This record gives sequence, C-alpha cells and structure tokens, in this order.
Amino acid sequence: MLGFILAEIPRLFTIYNVILLAKAALTTLALSAVGCAVGLFCGALLTVARLSRRPALWPLKAFAFLYVEIMRRVPFLITLMTFFFGAQVLGFDFSPLAIAFVSTSVISTAFVAEIVRSGLQAVRPSQLEAAAVMNFSAWQSFWLVRLPQAWPIILPPVFAYFVLFIKDTALASQAGVLELTQAARILNTKGFSASLVYAAVLLLYFAISYPLARLGVVLEKRLGAARHSRPGRPV
Amino acid sequence: MAQLDIRGLVARYSDTTVLDGIDLAVERGEIVSLIGPSGSGKSTLLRVVTGLLRPVQGTVSLAGERIEYGDRRSLRRARDRLAIVFQQYNLFGNMNVLRNVMVSPVTIKRRDRREVETEARALLEKVGLGDKLDAYPDELSGGQQQRVAIARALCLKPEILLLDEVTSALDPERVGEVLDTIKLLAAEHMTLLIVSHEMGFVRDVSHRVAFMADGRIQEIGTPARIFDAPEVARTRSFVSRILGNRTNGASEDASFGGRLPQT
Repeated sequence: MLGFILAEIPRLFTIYNVILLAKAALTTLALSAVGCAVGLFCGALLTVARLSRRPALWPLKAFAFLYVEIMRRVPFLITLMTFFFGAQVLGFDFSPLAIAFVSTSVISTAFVAEIVRSGLQAVRPSQLEAAAVMNFSAWQSFWLVRLPQAWPIILPPVFAYFVLFIKDTALASQAGVLELTQAARILNTKGFSASLVYAAVLLLYFAISYPLARLGVVLEKRLGAARHSRPGRPV
Repeated sequence: MAQLDIRGLVARYSDTTVLDGIDLAVERGEIVSLIGPSGSGKSTLLRVVTGLLRPVQGTVSLAGERIEYGDRRSLRRARDRLAIVFQQYNLFGNMNVLRNVMVSPVTIKRRDRREVETEARALLEKVGLGDKLDAYPDELSGGQQQRVAIARALCLKPEILLLDEVTSALDPERVGEVLDTIKLLAAEHMTLLIVSHEMGFVRDVSHRVAFMADGRIQEIGTPARIFDAPEVARTRSFVSRILGNRTNGASEDASFGGRLPQT
C-alpha cells in the first residue's frame, strides 16, 4: 500500500497540480493575512470605542458590544453562509472569494477585539490615574501608558488565535473558494490518493502557520524584554 | 492668601458620604499633615483635590484661583500646579526611571528636553538614585520606586505637593529612606499636604496636624497640641492608641485598649 502511494508522488506533482496547490496555498495565505490584518485593525478600533467614556460615542459602544458578543458566538460556517446567501438575496454579485474575505475579516475582528479588550483592561487603573493627574490627555494616556503595558498581554493570545484562524479559513471551501482544502478535494476527486493529497496539504498549512507562530514568539520576547533593562532608550 | 484653600468640601462614593464638610487652608511653605483612622477620608480628600473624584459640594482654590472640576481647562490648569505621590507609587511600568521622571515635563508640558533631563538627573541624584536611571520600576525595591515617584512629582515643579500614605506600602526598613527624602523637601520650604500613619515623622516635620474622622476634621493644631494635649475626645483616644503602639513595640495588640498619652 505504502509503495503504491510513493509511486504516485511523481504523478501527483505535475506542473499543473503544483500550480493548483500553489494558487490554493496563496489564497489560504491571503485569506489569513487579510483576516488577521483587518481583525487587528478593526478589532483594536472597536475596543477603543467600547472602552471610551465619551458620551458621544455610546451608539458606537453599543454596536461594538453587540458585534463582538454575537459574532464570537456564531459558528464560522454559519456566518460565511449568511454572507454568501445574504449577498445573493440582496442582489450583490460578489465572487465567493470576496465573500470569504469579508466574512473571515468580520469573524477575526470580533475575536481580536475581545483579546485586545481584556489586555487593555488588565492595565491597572492606578496607572491611568497617575497619567490623568499629570495632565495626560486620553490619547496620550492610551499611547504612552496603556497600550505599551497591554501589548505583552495581548500578543500571545492574538497569535494563538491567528494560528487557529488560518485553519478556520478552510471553511471557505464550503462557499466554493479555491483554497487549500478545496484543492485537496479537487485532487482527490481526480483520483489521486487521498492520503497523499491531504498529507501534502497538511504540510502546506504547517508551512503557512509555523512562521506566524514563530513571529509571535519573537515579538513576545522582544516586548517582554522591552520592559526590562534595555539601556539608553530615548525619551 | 492660602496656597490651598478648601471650603465646605463634600464628596461621596455612591451613597456613602466620605467627606462631610472639610475646611482646610494650607499656607505657602507650610506643611500640614492629616492623620486619622482608615476610612476617615484622608486619602479621599487628596483624590478630590487632584480631581480624581468630583466633589458634590464645596470649593477648592489654588493660590486664590478656584478649581472648577467640571471644566477641563480649569482642572488642567490646577493639575499643572500641583503634584501627588501615591501610596502604590504608580510609576509607569513601561518606562525606565529617567523616562518616568521626564515624560510629563517633556511630552505634556512641552519643556525643553535637555533642560528637563538635567533637572531629572539632579533630582534622582538628590533622592539617591543617580545610578538607577535605566532601571525599570519592577527592578526596584518599593522604597526606591517611591523615591523615583517623589522625584517625578518634583520635576513637575508643583506649587504644592500632596503625599498620600507614601510609606504605607513599604517594608519597615524602607520607610526611613523615603521619610528622609521628604524631610529634605521640608527643609526647602516646599508646601506639603501629607497623609501619613508615621506619627513620629508627622510630629517632626509638620507645622500643623489635622485629625480626621468620619469625613470631618475633628481637630487641627500644632503637632504638640494634637499629640500632647488634644482637646477632642476622639483625637485623644486615637493618639493614645497610636502612641501606645509605638512605645510598646512588640505588644502591639495588647495596647489597643486605649491607654493615656505619654507626655
């Protein structure tokens, strides 16, 4: 059986199939990267709105609260399908890929927002009081005190989430997007050995998520070190 | 005109009245200490003056200028002129010692960085931490952190400095170094409003001592008056209990029965 699979390797990795896998890997990478980037940006923004004390922002606060609390509780597949069929019903002509981009971003925003919120709230209020008494504005207090102290708390779970998130993009195959999982299914349908095809895809997923996990570790160390004995930093 | 003039100040935490009509004036160059049992409102008074808690009634004036706590500009001006040192130091954990001292003068007050740095280094030298400029707060002992916090407050060049139980969080052997630093300020005629449980220190350094209980100043006078001849019964029992503690050292619990002041 094993010999049979090994003999199939040259047959699987033809130029055409390699291009298919590469394209699929790129789509997975793009879905992940866009999801993470949008999630980080919008998630942070939502959280800042949610924690703000300005009365003028309360509609935004309410929205942020509902958005985060609802989106985190809905299975990814349901969100994806809702967007997919919702767009059709509303008469938008979006490609499945566009739908996948939007729904992954929507999901990651909600999760990242929650991680960022817990990190920001972990900063002791007395630190912010000290800043307030020294006339820091809300923004100065946020940028100079709160965020730098929250980063080391926020980063590890954010990267752990991103690694999980990469795997979640596999669900986009359900909407017909040609990403890694979908590519595996296509090759399998074409008659290639399932174990070989999925092993190849497994390696590709690993190749995408491992560097991200490493980056997380490196950043974590750097930020952790920044709090200790790095001499001569400019004020 | 008093440097700090507090009149009829009332403050509440939700339903509890913690300050119930405080009148207190601190003259320029004067050192006034607030003593009293926990929960009497001493620290709350400092929180209200610095605008961390809004008073529901009464006024606070700095050198004749009334602070409008509801008005950002007014509060900002007031905070430009006073400084506070907290019980828990509250140094910024993400900044080293030098930056902690410099951040507000440079970033907030927009003063010349080189000038501020010279001052900051001199101040840190003065509090005995000239060799710790690059250290981060969590690498320092509590006493060292508190001295940095004092240097940070001084670098703001406040007209009045508020000290909120600055030794209460420290190990006993670290208390002395912080008190010595404050004595330096006293010698320079800095205007100080001190909340403290260190009775010996309060007696040494203060021009006047106010005894607070139940959100009111029960009695105010010279240290000798308050400690040796208190007129109000509550002051008498508080002072005797505290002084009884101190002189008895080891048998602290036993001395809580309220013995007479030892004069």
